Amino acid sequence: MPRLTVAQVAKETSFYGTVAFFVILAAFPFYWMVITSFKTNSDLYNVANIPFWFNDPPTLEHFRYLFDKTLFARWLWNSLVIGVCVVAITLVTALPAAYSLARLTGRTGETLGIGIFLTYLVPPTLLFLPLSRVIASLGLQNSMWSLVLVYPTFTIPFCTWLLMGFFKAMPPEIEEAAIVDGCSLFGAFFKMTIPLSLPGILTAVIFTFTLTLQEFVYALTFISSSDQKPITLGVATDLIRGDIFYWGEIMAGALIASIPVAIAYNLFLDRFIAGITGGAVK
Amino acid sequence: MAAVAESVIKPASRFRFILDRRDVLGSVFVAPAILYVLLLVGLPFLMAVYYSVSAYTIYNPSWQFVGLENFQQIVQDPEFRRTLSNTFIFTFGSQALGLVLGKFGALVLLRPFPGRKLVRALIILPWAVPVALATVAWQWMFDSLYSVINWTLIALGFITRAQAPNWLGTTDLAMISVIVVNAWRFFPFAVVIFLAGITAVPQDVLDAATVDGAGFWRRNYQIIVPMILPIVAIGLIFGIVFTFTDLSIVFLMTQGGPIDATSVLGFKGFQTGIVSGDVSHGAAISLFMLPVLLVVVIFMLRFIRRREI
Amino acid sequence: MAAVSTRDIVKKFGDVPAVNGISLTVPDGEFMVLLGPSGCGKTTFLRIICGLERQTSGDLLIGDDVVNDIPPRARGVAMMFQSYGLYPHFTVRNNIAFPLKTQSVPGADIAKKVEWASQLLGIGHLLDRRPRQLSGGERQRVALARALVREPTALLLDEPLSNLDAKLRASARLEIKQFQQRVGITTVYVTHDQVEAMGMGDRIAVIDQGQVRQVGTPTEIYDDPADRFVATFVGTPPMNIVARNGGFLGFRPENFLPKEMIDDEPCTEFRFRVDRSEYLGSERIVYGVLDGFDPGQVITAKLPPAHVAEESIRPGEWHPFAVRNSALRHFDKDGKRAVRA
Repeated sequence: MPRLTVAQVAKETSFYGTVAFFVILAAFPFYWMVITSFKTNSDLYNVANIPFWFNDPPTLEHFRYLFDKTLFARWLWNSLVIGVCVVAITLVTALPAAYSLARLTGRTGETLGIGIFLTYLVPPTLLFLPLSRVIASLGLQNSMWSLVLVYPTFTIPFCTWLLMGFFKAMPPEIEEAAIVDGCSLFGAFFKMTIPLSLPGILTAVIFTFTLTLQEFVYALTFISSSDQKPITLGVATDLIRGDIFYWGEIMAGALIASIPVAIAYNLFLDRFIAGITGGAVK
Repeated sequence: MAAVAESVIKPASRFRFILDRRDVLGSVFVAPAILYVLLLVGLPFLMAVYYSVSAYTIYNPSWQFVGLENFQQIVQDPEFRRTLSNTFIFTFGSQALGLVLGKFGALVLLRPFPGRKLVRALIILPWAVPVALATVAWQWMFDSLYSVINWTLIALGFITRAQAPNWLGTTDLAMISVIVVNAWRFFPFAVVIFLAGITAVPQDVLDAATVDGAGFWRRNYQIIVPMILPIVAIGLIFGIVFTFTDLSIVFLMTQGGPIDATSVLGFKGFQTGIVSGDVSHGAAISLFMLPVLLVVVIFMLRFIRRREI
Repeated sequence: MAAVSTRDIVKKFGDVPAVNGISLTVPDGEFMVLLGPSGCGKTTFLRIICGLERQTSGDLLIGDDVVNDIPPRARGVAMMFQSYGLYPHFTVRNNIAFPLKTQSVPGADIAKKVEWASQLLGIGHLLDRRPRQLSGGERQRVALARALVREPTALLLDEPLSNLDAKLRASARLEIKQFQQRVGITTVYVTHDQVEAMGMGDRIAVIDQGQVRQVGTPTEIYDDPADRFVATFVGTPPMNIVARNGGFLGFRPENFLPKEMIDDEPCTEFRFRVDRSEYLGSERIVYGVLDGFDPGQVITAKLPPAHVAEESIRPGEWHPFAVRNSALRHFDKDGKRAVRA
């Protein structure tokens, strides 16, 4: 058994120390979220208590309150509907667009691709003004369908760009073989490209869905009625009575809404990176 | 053997092989996306520009052209100037902090160690979770009475309860808090970007540098950093654009306060244009974001082009 | 009737002509090889025949019909790609059946034809596997079966052997050639490897910079090159070319021998100083310079193994070497072949 030198021990300790630092930095607020959700109110609002662990036994009262006495379930449903509709609109629009830009158009295709992508950078805090007028004139004000209309403005550019990366990384030979074997260009796209890029498409779907969940500005601008709010807006703004923040419920709601997103990101992160770098990075 | 060929070849008619024509298919495929973007991004953008040079408010939706009057008015408003400088401080501070944290976080994740997958999953959390939800968690952490940060500082003996700072209610502390939260949100994204860039550096380049006598830090700064600059620049474009135009964090944590200490352009535009209904001035304020964004994007893209290896 | 013929095909990418006027006729049943260095336009030309690219100008005929604006599926050609292009998400059976399904051939006929094609290539036992489970040689055969199942007018192959390692290449070459002779299908085969071209082609079209330099049988290409490019591109080591009398003189290394080995024909003599020799087992390659010519130009001689004069040919010394006059090739100052005056 080789003897560890002092230098090695110091190096290892500082390494793991750094790891711990980052983990605590990143994850502490979530730990805080979790533990707050399960603490009784008397435990929470007592300055004398040690906040890092339970002083009274953990409770599910916040979760029960969330589902019984607030519109939390309704918000979850809203977000689900919005997410599914936006993903559908986005896929139908972005899949062919990404394919066209990756394969079918040449120089103009590249510039167009960059152009579409740049629209992703146009800030919602600029567009929300005219869009709120447009939404009002369409009679969609204060309705969650306004979000279904507006969200594709950023999910389409994002998805197009992501899918372009995936398509570019696929060798065109298989599509060409299909064309020689009797498919039209459209047929090759439909029968070959799409089935073979399902992992990429799935990644795009997941990230698009999380984008809709993440969005806050448009939701805040267009929706004021509690029952139309998506989950993020609801938890952040609606669990307040007068001046009082219902922290236990807020944290519980935040927790429930965060978990699926966090899991999805983790599972698909590698694919997402591959899409960005066009398959160049393993 | 030529039987198949004979029966199928006819003089080509314009519509028979339409699904084969690259040019037709190419345009048709892109059309829906372009249409959507033009109608719901392009048009509104032009509308916003027009609002800023009109006298449009919700109570008086007039399209009357007023030239640069709105801009003159807001530039003379000290609140606005405060907002503008806040936005720069907020952006610069959080990006710098986030970038540094991201760089070192990536270095830590480079080396395989037991539990690395879990550590990576935890480090990604601030970026993965929706902004508003993570922000409310911080809001709770900074709470004037029950802040866990204050509790820890008191418990460690650094301050007494009387000295416990009101993070979100004190001018400078509020700005620091908002910067910290934004940097915290940004750094996992920076970690991912750095990791992607560093792992793309071919191993033989690094080996050659080692053989040539470069130690860890020299390899780092003279070989790796220049090679990953393009991808880091792209990540920075995103970070800057989204931070500069953000309103979520400020809206939830400080509502721009105390006394405009943390008011940023996105928030001010929202307050003026949406809450108060003064659309024309709101649009003018929001448009102030554009020049900076344009400069950043153009500068970065040029920078990337020149650095193509 | 020619199976494939082209008239003055030009293809420009922007301003650059990749194919610069190729007129070629491939008779029914011939194995035609398009040979040339990388970037000479041979693959582009093949893709034009296939229909994956459209020519800028010129006509393409398959059978007797002009097919300029007709997509690949209606031309009656089949193509085998460099990495085979097998459909990874289909079984071998469905890979082979695919070209028939797209033409709406009835199910029972599909099964029969798949059976026929797979028997032809001896892959009947692989029908339910997926491409990733097959070896390189098996994949090649599946690609061939898929190409043939439609009974096309012409089979086009794009450097199919370049992904194989050297050992496999020789046997694969043989397999393809024997297969083509058995089935009798018109074949156009693209390669940059002149050994492949010489070994497989009924005729070879040597292409450089988008133009055909010469079309002919392997013997014609080797013994009667039309210009310097063809002369030096085909043959290893390449033909020696020296400047003389305002033109050029060429002779192949295997014809450049010590004077004492030639006593049956009139020949031309040279003084040759050997600088270096390589012993390759079956032959010996000798490098040196000629007296009276450019001292910087290296001349090669290929000597048979058991040569009596081997011992006497030492580096640094001048020896009399000679070429039979019938083996000399003359080129004019433009590099074109000239008949000896």
